Amino acid sequence: MIEAIFTYEFLQNAVLSGLIIGIIAPMLGLFIVVRRMAMISDALSHVALAGIAGSLYLSQQVLFFAALNPVYLGMGAAVVGSLLIERLRRVYKSFEELAIPIILSAGIGFGAIFISLAKGFGTDLVGYLFGSVSAVSRQDLYIVIMIAIIVIAFLYFLYKELFSLAFDPEYARVSGVNEQVIQAAFMIITALVIGASMRIVGILLVSSLMTLPVAAAIQVAKSYKGALMYSIVFGEVAVIIGLISAYYLDIAPGGTIVVTSVIILLFVLFWKKIRS
Amino acid sequence: MYMASSIIKLEHITHKYHHSVALSDVSLEVKQGEFWALIGPNGSGKSTLLKIILGLLKPTEGTIQLFGGPIDSFKQQQRIGYVSQKSNAFSTKFPATVLEVVKSGLTSRKGLFKRLNKEDERKAIDALHVVKMGDYQQESIGNLSGGQQQRVFIARALVGQPDLLIMDEPTVGIDRQNVESFYSMLSELNREYGIAILLVTHEIDVVTQLATHVACLNRTIHFHGAHEEYDKMTESELSGWYGHPIRRLHQKETEPIT
Ligand SMILES: Nc1ncnc2c1ncn2[C@@H]1O[C@H](COP(=O)(O)OP(=O)(O)OP(=O)(O)O)[C@@H](O)[C@H]1O
Ligand SMILES: [Mg+2]
Repeated sequence: MIEAIFTYEFLQNAVLSGLIIGIIAPMLGLFIVVRRMAMISDALSHVALAGIAGSLYLSQQVLFFAALNPVYLGMGAAVVGSLLIERLRRVYKSFEELAIPIILSAGIGFGAIFISLAKGFGTDLVGYLFGSVSAVSRQDLYIVIMIAIIVIAFLYFLYKELFSLAFDPEYARVSGVNEQVIQAAFMIITALVIGASMRIVGILLVSSLMTLPVAAAIQVAKSYKGALMYSIVFGEVAVIIGLISAYYLDIAPGGTIVVTSVIILLFVLFWKKIRS
Repeated sequence: MYMASSIIKLEHITHKYHHSVALSDVSLEVKQGEFWALIGPNGSGKSTLLKIILGLLKPTEGTIQLFGGPIDSFKQQQRIGYVSQKSNAFSTKFPATVLEVVKSGLTSRKGLFKRLNKEDERKAIDALHVVKMGDYQQESIGNLSGGQQQRVFIARALVGQPDLLIMDEPTVGIDRQNVESFYSMLSELNREYGIAILLVTHEIDVVTQLATHVACLNRTIHFHGAHEEYDKMTESELSGWYGHPIRRLHQKETEPIT
Protein backbone atom coordinates (compact mmCIF):
# COMPACT_ATOMS: atom_id res chain seq x y z
CA MET A 1 0.00 0.00 0.00
CA ILE A 2 2.89 2.36 0.83
CA GLU A 3 4.22 2.07 -2.73
CA ALA A 4 0.75 2.57 -4.13
CA ILE A 5 0.33 5.74 -2.09
CA PHE A 6 3.36 7.25 -3.79
CA THR A 7 2.13 6.13 -7.17
CA TYR A 8 -1.58 6.97 -7.15
CA GLU A 9 -2.91 10.42 -6.47
CA PHE A 10 -6.36 9.15 -5.47
CA LEU A 11 -4.79 7.09 -2.68
CA GLN A 12 -2.87 10.10 -1.42
CA ASN A 13 -6.10 12.05 -1.36
CA ALA A 14 -7.93 9.32 0.51
CA VAL A 15 -5.20 8.70 3.08
CA LEU A 16 -4.56 12.37 3.81
CA SER A 17 -8.26 13.20 4.07
CA GLY A 18 -8.77 10.16 6.26
CA LEU A 19 -5.97 11.14 8.64
CA ILE A 20 -7.33 14.68 8.96
CA ILE A 21 -10.88 13.52 9.51
CA GLY A 22 -9.64 11.05 12.10
CA ILE A 23 -8.53 14.09 14.10
CA ILE A 24 -11.33 16.59 13.62
CA ALA A 25 -14.38 14.34 13.72
CA PRO A 26 -13.72 12.80 17.18
CA MET A 27 -12.37 16.12 18.48
CA LEU A 28 -15.60 17.93 17.72
CA GLY A 29 -17.43 14.76 18.67
CA LEU A 30 -16.32 15.11 22.29
CA PHE A 31 -18.03 18.50 22.58
CA ILE A 32 -21.13 17.02 20.97
CA VAL A 33 -21.29 13.91 23.17
CA VAL A 34 -20.78 15.68 26.51
CA ARG A 35 -23.63 18.02 25.64
CA ARG A 36 -25.87 15.02 24.94
CA MET A 37 -26.29 16.04 21.32
CA ALA A 38 -24.91 12.89 19.70
CA MET A 39 -28.09 12.43 17.69
CA ILE A 40 -27.65 15.82 16.06
CA SER A 41 -24.77 14.64 13.91
CA ASP A 42 -27.00 11.80 12.76
CA ALA A 43 -29.76 14.19 11.76
CA LEU A 44 -27.34 16.49 9.94
CA SER A 45 -25.73 13.68 7.99
CA HIS A 46 -29.13 12.67 6.68
CA VAL A 47 -29.77 16.24 5.61
CA ALA A 48 -26.42 16.11 3.85
CA LEU A 49 -27.73 13.02 2.07
CA ALA A 50 -30.61 15.09 0.71
CA GLY A 51 -28.12 17.67 -0.53
CA ILE A 52 -25.87 15.08 -2.19
CA ALA A 53 -28.79 13.27 -3.82
CA GLY A 54 -30.21 16.62 -4.97
CA SER A 55 -26.88 17.61 -6.47
CA LEU A 56 -26.47 14.26 -8.24
CA TYR A 57 -29.98 14.53 -9.62
CA LEU A 58 -29.52 18.12 -10.78
CA SER A 59 -26.24 17.23 -12.45
CA GLN A 60 -28.25 15.02 -14.80
CA GLN A 61 -30.64 17.86 -15.53
CA VAL A 62 -28.67 21.11 -15.45
CA LEU A 63 -25.22 21.53 -16.97
CA PHE A 64 -23.99 23.81 -14.17
CA PHE A 65 -24.48 21.10 -11.55
CA ALA A 66 -22.61 18.54 -13.61
CA ALA A 67 -19.45 20.53 -12.96
CA LEU A 68 -20.21 21.18 -9.30
CA ASN A 69 -18.75 18.95 -6.59
CA PRO A 70 -21.80 17.38 -4.84
CA VAL A 71 -19.99 17.84 -1.53
CA TYR A 72 -20.84 21.55 -1.67
CA LEU A 73 -24.58 21.02 -1.88
CA GLY A 74 -24.38 18.28 0.75
CA MET A 75 -22.52 20.56 3.09
CA GLY A 76 -24.82 23.47 2.33
CA ALA A 77 -27.86 21.35 3.14
CA ALA A 78 -26.26 20.26 6.42
CA VAL A 79 -25.57 23.89 7.37
CA VAL A 80 -29.18 24.85 6.64
CA GLY A 81 -30.32 21.79 8.59
CA SER A 82 -28.16 22.79 11.56
CA LEU A 83 -29.72 26.25 11.69
CA LEU A 84 -33.21 24.75 11.41
CA ILE A 85 -32.49 22.43 14.34
CA GLU A 86 -31.48 25.42 16.43
CA ARG A 87 -34.72 27.19 15.52
CA LEU A 88 -36.85 24.14 16.24
CA ARG A 89 -35.13 23.57 19.55
CA ARG A 90 -36.37 26.96 20.61
CA VAL A 91 -39.88 26.36 19.31
CA TYR A 92 -40.13 23.09 21.27
CA LYS A 93 -38.36 24.43 24.35
CA SER A 94 -39.39 21.63 26.67
CA PHE A 95 -39.03 18.92 24.03
CA GLU A 96 -35.73 20.00 22.52
CA GLU A 97 -34.84 16.55 21.26
CA LEU A 98 -37.93 16.55 19.03
CA ALA A 99 -36.03 18.83 16.63
CA ILE A 100 -33.74 15.94 15.76
CA PRO A 101 -36.24 13.36 14.40
CA ILE A 102 -38.05 16.14 12.54
CA ILE A 103 -34.94 17.21 10.66
CA LEU A 104 -33.69 13.65 10.26
CA SER A 105 -36.91 12.50 8.61
CA ALA A 106 -37.03 15.58 6.40
CA GLY A 107 -33.50 14.77 5.26
CA ILE A 108 -34.28 11.16 4.43
CA GLY A 109 -37.55 12.22 2.77
CA PHE A 110 -35.91 14.65 0.37
CA GLY A 111 -33.06 12.21 -0.17
CA ALA A 112 -35.49 9.45 -1.15
CA ILE A 113 -37.30 11.76 -3.58
CA PHE A 114 -34.14 12.80 -5.39
CA ILE A 115 -32.83 9.25 -5.48
CA SER A 116 -36.00 7.95 -7.12
CA LEU A 117 -36.26 10.89 -9.51
CA ALA A 118 -32.79 10.26 -10.83
CA LYS A 119 -32.16 6.92 -12.42
CA GLY A 120 -28.75 5.39 -12.48
CA PHE A 121 -26.28 7.02 -10.16
CA GLY A 122 -26.01 3.79 -8.20
CA THR A 123 -22.26 3.51 -7.74
CA ASP A 124 -21.77 7.23 -7.06
CA LEU A 125 -24.43 7.16 -4.43
CA VAL A 126 -23.04 4.07 -2.72
CA GLY A 127 -19.71 5.88 -2.49
CA TYR A 128 -21.39 8.77 -0.68
CA LEU A 129 -23.38 6.50 1.58
CA PHE A 130 -20.54 4.28 2.79
CA GLY A 131 -17.40 6.13 1.78
CA SER A 132 -14.88 5.36 -0.89
CA VAL A 133 -11.12 5.05 -1.21
CA SER A 134 -11.01 5.75 -4.91
CA ALA A 135 -13.47 8.62 -5.28
CA VAL A 136 -11.63 11.27 -3.23
CA SER A 137 -10.43 14.02 -5.54
CA ARG A 138 -7.73 16.62 -4.95
CA GLN A 139 -10.52 19.15 -4.64
CA ASP A 140 -12.16 17.04 -1.93
CA LEU A 141 -8.84 16.96 -0.09
CA TYR A 142 -8.52 20.75 -0.25
CA ILE A 143 -12.04 21.10 1.15
CA VAL A 144 -11.11 18.79 4.01
CA ILE A 145 -7.96 20.81 4.77
CA MET A 146 -9.87 24.10 4.75
CA ILE A 147 -12.51 22.74 7.09
CA ALA A 148 -9.90 21.25 9.41
CA ILE A 149 -8.27 24.67 9.77
CA ILE A 150 -11.63 26.27 10.60
CA VAL A 151 -12.56 23.57 13.11
CA ILE A 152 -9.23 23.56 14.90
CA ALA A 153 -9.18 27.37 15.12
CA PHE A 154 -12.74 27.36 16.46
CA LEU A 155 -11.98 24.79 19.15
CA TYR A 156 -8.66 26.40 20.02
CA PHE A 157 -9.86 29.96 20.48
CA LEU A 158 -13.21 29.16 22.07
CA TYR A 159 -12.01 26.23 24.18
CA LYS A 160 -12.88 27.73 27.57
CA GLU A 161 -16.29 28.96 26.43
CA LEU A 162 -17.14 25.58 24.90
CA PHE A 163 -15.94 23.72 27.97
CA SER A 164 -17.98 25.98 30.21
CA LEU A 165 -21.12 25.60 28.09
CA ALA A 166 -20.72 21.83 28.06
CA PHE A 167 -20.09 21.45 31.77
CA ASP A 168 -22.51 24.00 33.20
CA PRO A 169 -24.56 26.08 30.73
CA GLU A 170 -26.13 28.27 33.41
CA TYR A 171 -22.74 29.16 34.83
CA ALA A 172 -21.45 29.88 31.33
CA ARG A 173 -24.30 32.35 30.79
CA VAL A 174 -23.53 34.05 34.09
CA SER A 175 -19.91 34.32 32.91
CA GLY A 176 -21.12 36.31 29.95
CA VAL A 177 -20.70 33.55 27.35
CA ASN A 178 -23.01 34.32 24.44
CA GLU A 179 -24.66 30.93 24.27
CA GLN A 180 -26.81 31.58 21.22
CA VAL A 181 -24.02 32.81 18.99
CA ILE A 182 -21.57 30.10 20.05
CA GLN A 183 -24.23 27.42 19.71
CA ALA A 184 -25.12 28.56 16.18
CA ALA A 185 -21.44 28.62 15.20
CA PHE A 186 -21.00 25.19 16.76
CA MET A 187 -23.85 23.75 14.71
CA ILE A 188 -22.42 25.18 11.49
CA ILE A 189 -19.00 23.73 12.33
CA THR A 190 -20.63 20.35 12.95
CA ALA A 191 -22.30 20.53 9.55
CA LEU A 192 -18.96 21.35 7.93
CA VAL A 193 -17.22 18.39 9.60
CA ILE A 194 -19.97 16.11 8.38
CA GLY A 195 -19.48 17.51 4.90
CA ALA A 196 -15.74 16.95 5.13
CA SER A 197 -16.02 13.40 6.44
CA MET A 198 -18.68 11.98 4.15
CA ARG A 199 -16.34 11.25 1.21
CA ILE A 200 -14.27 8.87 3.32
CA VAL A 201 -16.63 7.37 5.91
CA GLY A 202 -19.88 8.01 4.08
CA ILE A 203 -23.00 9.86 5.08
CA LEU A 204 -24.52 6.98 7.00
CA LEU A 205 -21.42 6.43 9.12
CA VAL A 206 -20.14 9.97 9.70
CA SER A 207 -21.78 10.30 13.08
CA SER A 208 -20.19 7.05 14.27
CA LEU A 209 -16.74 8.51 13.77
CA MET A 210 -17.84 11.49 15.86
CA THR A 211 -19.23 9.41 18.72
CA LEU A 212 -17.60 5.96 18.96
CA PRO A 213 -14.02 7.13 19.65
CA VAL A 214 -15.45 9.58 22.19
CA ALA A 215 -17.51 6.87 23.86
CA ALA A 216 -14.28 4.89 24.35
CA ALA A 217 -12.30 7.97 25.43
CA ILE A 218 -14.62 9.04 28.24
CA GLN A 219 -14.29 5.55 29.69
CA VAL A 220 -10.60 6.01 30.26
CA ALA A 221 -10.01 9.76 30.56
CA LYS A 222 -10.07 11.64 33.85
CA SER A 223 -9.73 15.12 32.41
CA TYR A 224 -11.34 16.93 29.51
CA LYS A 225 -7.96 17.43 27.83
CA GLY A 226 -7.31 13.72 28.29
CA ALA A 227 -10.66 12.82 26.77
CA LEU A 228 -9.78 15.01 23.80
CA MET A 229 -6.44 13.25 23.33
CA TYR A 230 -7.89 9.75 23.65
CA SER A 231 -10.71 10.59 21.23
CA ILE A 232 -8.19 11.69 18.61
CA VAL A 233 -5.95 8.64 19.17
CA PHE A 234 -8.86 6.19 18.92
CA GLY A 235 -10.21 8.04 15.87
CA GLU A 236 -6.84 7.93 14.09
CA VAL A 237 -6.29 4.25 14.88
CA ALA A 238 -9.74 3.44 13.48
CA VAL A 239 -9.12 5.45 10.31
CA ILE A 240 -5.68 3.93 9.68
CA ILE A 241 -6.71 0.31 10.27
CA GLY A 242 -9.99 0.94 8.44
CA LEU A 243 -8.37 2.44 5.34
CA ILE A 244 -5.71 -0.25 5.07
CA SER A 245 -8.23 -3.08 5.35
CA ALA A 246 -10.64 -1.35 2.95
CA TYR A 247 -7.83 -1.04 0.40
CA TYR A 248 -6.75 -4.66 0.60
CA LEU A 249 -10.20 -6.16 0.91
CA ASP A 250 -11.63 -3.76 -1.67
CA ILE A 251 -14.62 -2.76 0.45
CA ALA A 252 -16.12 0.56 1.52
CA PRO A 253 -13.85 2.31 4.08
CA GLY A 254 -16.85 3.63 6.05
CA GLY A 255 -17.64 0.09 7.10
CA THR A 256 -14.13 -0.90 8.07
CA ILE A 257 -13.45 2.37 9.95
CA VAL A 258 -16.64 2.16 11.96
CA VAL A 259 -16.26 -1.54 12.72
CA THR A 260 -12.71 -0.84 13.92
CA SER A 261 -14.13 1.91 16.19
CA VAL A 262 -16.61 -0.54 17.61
CA ILE A 263 -13.84 -3.05 18.29
CA ILE A 264 -11.76 -0.34 20.02
CA LEU A 265 -14.77 0.57 22.18
CA LEU A 266 -15.39 -3.06 23.13
CA PHE A 267 -11.72 -3.51 23.88
CA VAL A 268 -11.71 -0.45 26.16
CA LEU A 269 -14.84 -1.60 27.97
CA PHE A 270 -13.35 -5.07 28.43
CA TRP A 271 -10.06 -3.62 29.65
CA LYS A 272 -11.90 -1.46 32.19
CA LYS A 273 -13.85 -4.46 33.39
CA ILE A 274 -10.82 -6.65 34.06
CA ARG A 275 -9.00 -3.79 35.76
CA SER A 276 -11.71 -3.14 38.31
CA MET B 1 -18.67 61.69 54.21
CA TYR B 2 -17.72 58.50 52.42
CA MET B 3 -20.63 56.83 50.70
CA ALA B 4 -20.36 53.12 49.95
CA SER B 5 -21.13 52.59 46.29
CA SER B 6 -24.16 50.63 45.19
CA ILE B 7 -23.46 47.09 43.99
CA ILE B 8 -26.97 45.77 43.46
CA LYS B 9 -30.02 47.98 43.30
CA LEU B 10 -33.42 46.38 42.76
CA GLU B 11 -36.49 48.54 42.36
CA HIS B 12 -40.03 47.22 42.38
CA ILE B 13 -39.18 43.80 40.99
CA THR B 14 -42.17 41.63 40.19
CA HIS B 15 -41.79 38.24 38.57
CA LYS B 16 -44.44 35.91 37.28
CA TYR B 17 -43.95 32.37 36.01
CA HIS B 18 -46.84 32.00 33.60
CA HIS B 19 -49.55 33.26 35.95
CA SER B 20 -48.14 32.46 39.38
CA VAL B 21 -46.46 35.37 41.10
CA ALA B 22 -43.06 34.40 42.48
CA LEU B 23 -41.96 37.89 43.46
CA SER B 24 -43.97 40.98 44.04
CA ASP B 25 -42.64 44.52 44.35
CA VAL B 26 -39.20 43.65 45.73
CA SER B 27 -36.79 46.50 46.31
CA LEU B 28 -33.38 45.98 47.82
CA GLU B 29 -29.99 47.62 47.72
CA VAL B 30 -26.67 45.94 48.43
CA LYS B 31 -23.73 48.27 48.89
CA GLN B 32 -20.02 47.79 48.80
CA GLY B 33 -18.69 45.90 51.80
CA GLU B 34 -22.04 44.51 52.88
CA PHE B 35 -22.76 40.87 53.64
CA TRP B 36 -26.42 40.09 53.12
CA ALA B 37 -28.18 36.94 54.25
CA LEU B 38 -31.33 36.34 52.22
CA ILE B 39 -33.64 34.04 54.12
CA GLY B 40 -37.12 32.68 53.52
CA PRO B 41 -39.04 29.40 53.39
CA ASN B 42 -39.03 27.03 50.39
CA GLY B 43 -40.70 28.48 47.35
CA SER B 44 -40.42 32.05 48.64
CA GLY B 45 -38.64 33.26 45.50
CA LYS B 46 -35.04 33.41 46.72
CA SER B 47 -33.51 31.59 43.77
CA THR B 48 -35.76 33.51 41.41
CA LEU B 49 -34.48 36.78 42.82
CA LEU B 50 -30.86 35.69 42.42
CA LYS B 51 -31.45 34.59 38.83
CA ILE B 52 -32.91 37.99 38.07
CA ILE B 53 -29.86 39.71 39.53
CA LEU B 54 -27.59 37.43 37.48
CA GLY B 55 -29.44 38.18 34.26
CA LEU B 56 -30.63 34.58 33.85
CA LEU B 57 -34.25 35.69 34.12
CA LYS B 58 -35.86 38.89 32.98
CA PRO B 59 -38.28 40.25 35.59
CA THR B 60 -41.85 40.89 34.55
CA GLU B 61 -41.56 44.36 36.03
CA GLY B 62 -38.97 46.47 37.76
CA THR B 63 -35.42 47.69 37.24
CA ILE B 64 -32.05 46.31 38.20
CA GLN B 65 -28.77 48.16 38.48
CA LEU B 66 -25.44 46.40 38.89
CA PHE B 67 -22.36 48.34 39.98
CA GLY B 68 -24.19 51.58 39.29
CA GLY B 69 -25.37 50.83 35.75
CA PRO B 70 -28.46 49.24 34.23
CA ILE B 71 -28.25 45.45 33.91
CA ASP B 72 -28.86 45.49 30.15
CA SER B 73 -25.55 47.19 29.47
CA PHE B 74 -23.66 45.27 32.15
CA LYS B 75 -20.53 43.70 30.66
CA GLN B 76 -18.29 43.11 33.68
CA GLN B 77 -19.37 39.56 34.48
CA GLN B 78 -15.93 38.86 35.97
CA ARG B 79 -16.90 41.02 38.96
CA ILE B 80 -19.54 38.48 40.01
CA GLY B 81 -18.85 35.06 41.47
CA TYR B 82 -21.79 32.66 41.56
CA VAL B 83 -22.60 29.36 43.23
CA SER B 84 -25.97 28.00 42.17
CA GLN B 85 -28.36 25.87 44.20
CA LYS B 86 -27.93 22.90 41.88
CA SER B 87 -24.29 23.12 40.89
CA ASN B 88 -23.85 19.40 40.96
CA ALA B 89 -26.52 18.66 38.39
CA PHE B 90 -23.89 17.60 35.83
CA SER B 91 -23.40 14.00 34.75
CA THR B 92 -20.98 12.18 37.03
CA LYS B 93 -19.37 10.67 33.95
CA PHE B 94 -18.37 14.10 32.64
CA PRO B 95 -14.65 13.89 31.91
CA ALA B 96 -13.19 16.88 33.73
CA THR B 97 -10.75 17.33 36.57
CA VAL B 98 -11.34 19.53 39.59
CA LEU B 99 -8.69 21.92 38.28
CA GLU B 100 -10.37 22.21 34.89
CA VAL B 101 -13.68 23.04 36.55
CA VAL B 102 -12.16 25.73 38.75
CA LYS B 103 -10.27 27.22 35.81
CA SER B 104 -13.58 27.64 33.98
CA GLY B 105 -14.37 30.27 36.62
CA LEU B 106 -11.89 32.51 34.81
CA THR B 107 -13.83 32.49 31.53
CA SER B 108 -15.17 36.01 31.85
CA ARG B 109 -12.03 37.49 33.39
CA LYS B 110 -9.94 36.28 30.44
CA GLY B 111 -12.31 37.43 27.73
CA LEU B 112 -13.30 35.99 24.38
CA PHE B 113 -10.71 34.13 22.26
CA LYS B 114 -8.04 34.25 25.01
CA ARG B 115 -6.62 30.96 26.26
CA LEU B 116 -6.01 30.10 29.89
CA ASN B 117 -2.31 29.88 30.80
CA LYS B 118 -0.03 28.70 33.63
CA GLU B 119 -0.74 31.83 35.63
CA ASP B 120 -4.45 31.06 35.51
CA GLU B 121 -3.74 27.53 36.62
CA ARG B 122 -1.84 28.88 39.62
CA LYS B 123 -4.84 31.04 40.54
CA ALA B 124 -7.12 28.03 40.31
CA ILE B 125 -4.81 26.02 42.59
CA ASP B 126 -4.80 28.88 45.11
CA ALA B 127 -8.61 28.96 45.06
CA LEU B 128 -8.67 25.21 45.69
CA HIS B 129 -6.44 25.65 48.71
CA VAL B 130 -8.83 28.26 50.08
CA VAL B 131 -11.63 25.66 50.14
CA LYS B 132 -9.19 22.95 51.34
CA MET B 133 -9.41 20.94 48.14
CA GLY B 134 -5.78 21.45 47.13
CA ASP B 135 -5.08 17.72 47.19
CA TYR B 136 -7.79 16.92 44.67
CA GLN B 137 -6.66 19.00 41.68
CA GLN B 138 -6.30 16.08 39.29
CA GLU B 139 -9.27 14.12 40.59
CA SER B 140 -12.19 13.64 38.26
CA ILE B 141 -15.05 15.89 39.40
CA GLY B 142 -17.59 13.08 39.23
CA ASN B 143 -15.62 10.98 41.71
CA LEU B 144 -15.95 13.48 44.56
CA SER B 145 -18.61 13.47 47.25
CA GLY B 146 -21.42 16.01 47.02
CA GLY B 147 -19.89 18.22 49.69
CA GLN B 148 -16.49 18.13 48.04
CA GLN B 149 -18.03 19.05 44.71
CA GLN B 150 -19.78 21.97 46.34
CA ARG B 151 -16.43 23.21 47.65
CA VAL B 152 -15.00 22.98 44.15
CA PHE B 153 -17.86 25.14 42.88
CA ILE B 154 -17.17 27.66 45.61
CA ALA B 155 -13.55 27.74 44.44
CA ARG B 156 -14.78 28.31 40.88
CA ALA B 157 -16.75 31.32 42.12
CA LEU B 158 -13.76 32.72 44.03
CA VAL B 159 -11.02 32.18 41.44
CA GLY B 160 -11.81 35.30 39.42
CA GLN B 161 -11.51 37.50 42.54
CA PRO B 162 -15.01 38.91 42.23
CA ASP B 163 -16.28 42.07 43.91
CA LEU B 164 -19.63 40.44 44.53
CA LEU B 165 -20.37 36.87 45.54
CA ILE B 166 -23.85 35.50 44.96
CA MET B 167 -24.47 32.12 46.54
CA ASP B 168 -27.62 30.04 46.60
CA GLU B 169 -27.41 27.63 49.53
CA PRO B 170 -23.73 26.94 48.92
CA THR B 171 -23.25 24.77 51.99
CA VAL B 172 -25.84 22.11 51.18
CA GLY B 173 -24.19 18.75 51.74
CA ILE B 174 -21.13 20.14 53.49
CA ASP B 175 -20.42 18.75 56.95
CA ARG B 176 -20.82 20.87 60.06
CA GLN B 177 -17.14 21.53 60.66
CA ASN B 178 -16.50 22.62 57.11
CA VAL B 179 -19.63 24.74 57.03
CA GLU B 180 -18.29 26.76 59.92
CA SER B 181 -14.89 27.23 58.35
CA PHE B 182 -16.58 28.15 55.08
CA TYR B 183 -18.66 30.84 56.73
CA SER B 184 -15.72 32.26 58.60
CA MET B 185 -13.89 32.38 55.28
CA LEU B 186 -16.80 34.31 53.75
CA SER B 187 -16.79 36.67 56.66
CA GLU B 188 -13.06 37.20 56.21
CA LEU B 189 -13.42 37.83 52.47
CA ASN B 190 -16.08 40.35 53.32
CA ARG B 191 -14.19 42.16 56.07
CA GLU B 192 -10.66 42.10 54.70
CA TYR B 193 -11.26 42.51 50.99
CA GLY B 194 -14.55 44.35 51.11
CA ILE B 195 -16.24 41.79 48.84
CA ALA B 196 -20.01 42.21 48.88
CA ILE B 197 -21.91 39.00 49.52
CA LEU B 198 -25.48 37.99 48.90
CA LEU B 199 -26.09 34.60 50.42
CA VAL B 200 -29.25 32.50 50.39
CA THR B 201 -29.38 30.08 53.25
CA HIS B 202 -31.58 28.06 55.54
CA GLU B 203 -28.87 27.98 58.20
CA ILE B 204 -30.33 31.06 59.77
CA ASP B 205 -28.63 30.69 63.13
CA VAL B 206 -25.06 30.76 61.83
CA VAL B 207 -25.43 33.24 59.05
CA THR B 208 -27.40 35.95 60.76
CA GLN B 209 -24.54 36.16 63.23
CA LEU B 210 -21.97 36.72 60.51
CA ALA B 211 -23.92 38.79 58.02
CA THR B 212 -24.00 42.54 58.29
CA HIS B 213 -27.51 42.66 56.84
CA VAL B 214 -30.51 40.38 56.67
CA ALA B 215 -33.37 40.30 54.17
CA CYS B 216 -36.46 38.19 54.81
CA LEU B 217 -38.25 37.19 51.64
CA ASN B 218 -41.56 35.49 51.11
CA ARG B 219 -42.77 36.61 47.69
CA THR B 220 -42.13 40.11 48.92
CA ILE B 221 -39.55 41.56 51.29
CA HIS B 222 -40.88 41.36 54.86
CA PHE B 223 -37.84 42.76 56.52
CA HIS B 224 -34.54 44.14 55.39
CA GLY B 225 -31.94 45.95 57.33
CA ALA B 226 -28.88 45.70 59.51
CA HIS B 227 -28.16 42.63 61.55
CA GLU B 228 -28.83 44.50 64.82
CA GLU B 229 -32.33 45.43 63.70
CA TYR B 230 -33.00 41.85 62.72
CA ASP B 231 -31.96 40.66 66.17
CA LYS B 232 -34.58 42.91 67.74
CA MET B 233 -37.43 41.11 66.01
CA THR B 234 -39.42 38.84 68.25
CA GLU B 235 -40.05 35.19 67.55
CA SER B 236 -43.65 35.83 66.71
CA GLU B 237 -42.75 38.58 64.25
CA LEU B 238 -40.32 36.21 62.57
CA SER B 239 -42.74 33.32 62.51
CA GLY B 240 -45.47 35.57 61.17
CA TRP B 241 -43.87 36.08 57.79
CA TYR B 242 -41.98 32.81 57.65
CA GLY B 243 -45.23 30.87 57.64
CA HIS B 244 -44.32 28.51 60.45
CA PRO B 245 -42.93 28.87 63.95
CA ILE B 246 -39.33 29.89 64.48
CA ARG B 247 -37.72 29.74 67.93
CA ARG B 248 -34.70 31.64 69.04
CA LEU B 249 -32.32 29.62 71.19
CA HIS B 250 -29.65 31.38 73.20
CA GLN B 251 -29.79 34.46 70.97
CA LYS B 252 -29.65 32.19 67.95
CA GLU B 253 -32.47 30.84 65.88
CA THR B 254 -32.97 27.23 65.09
CA GLU B 255 -33.95 26.18 61.63
CA PRO B 256 -37.64 26.51 60.92
CA ILE B 257 -39.67 23.66 62.25
CA THR B 258 -41.58 22.05 59.45
N1 LIG C 1 -39.07 27.57 36.08
C1 LIG C 1 -40.19 27.77 36.83
N2 LIG C 1 -41.41 27.70 36.25
C2 LIG C 1 -42.53 27.90 36.97
N3 LIG C 1 -42.54 28.19 38.28
C3 LIG C 1 -41.35 28.27 38.92
C4 LIG C 1 -40.12 28.07 38.22
N4 LIG C 1 -39.10 28.21 39.11
C5 LIG C 1 -39.68 28.49 40.29
N5 LIG C 1 -41.02 28.53 40.19
C6 LIG C 1 -41.96 28.85 41.28
O1 LIG C 1 -41.62 30.10 41.83
C7 LIG C 1 -41.66 30.06 43.24
C8 LIG C 1 -40.34 30.47 43.82
O2 LIG C 1 -39.34 29.52 43.50
P1 LIG C 1 -37.82 29.69 43.94
O3 LIG C 1 -37.06 28.57 43.35
O4 LIG C 1 -37.36 31.05 43.62
O5 LIG C 1 -37.92 29.50 45.52
P2 LIG C 1 -36.77 29.42 46.62
O6 LIG C 1 -37.04 30.47 47.62
O7 LIG C 1 -35.44 29.45 45.99
O8 LIG C 1 -37.04 28.00 47.28
P3 LIG C 1 -36.02 26.92 47.91
O9 LIG C 1 -35.76 27.32 49.31
O10 LIG C 1 -36.80 25.65 47.86
O11 LIG C 1 -34.81 26.88 47.07
C9 LIG C 1 -42.09 28.65 43.63
O12 LIG C 1 -43.46 28.69 43.93
C10 LIG C 1 -41.86 27.83 42.40
O13 LIG C 1 -42.83 26.84 42.27
MG1 LIG D 1 -33.87 28.15 45.83
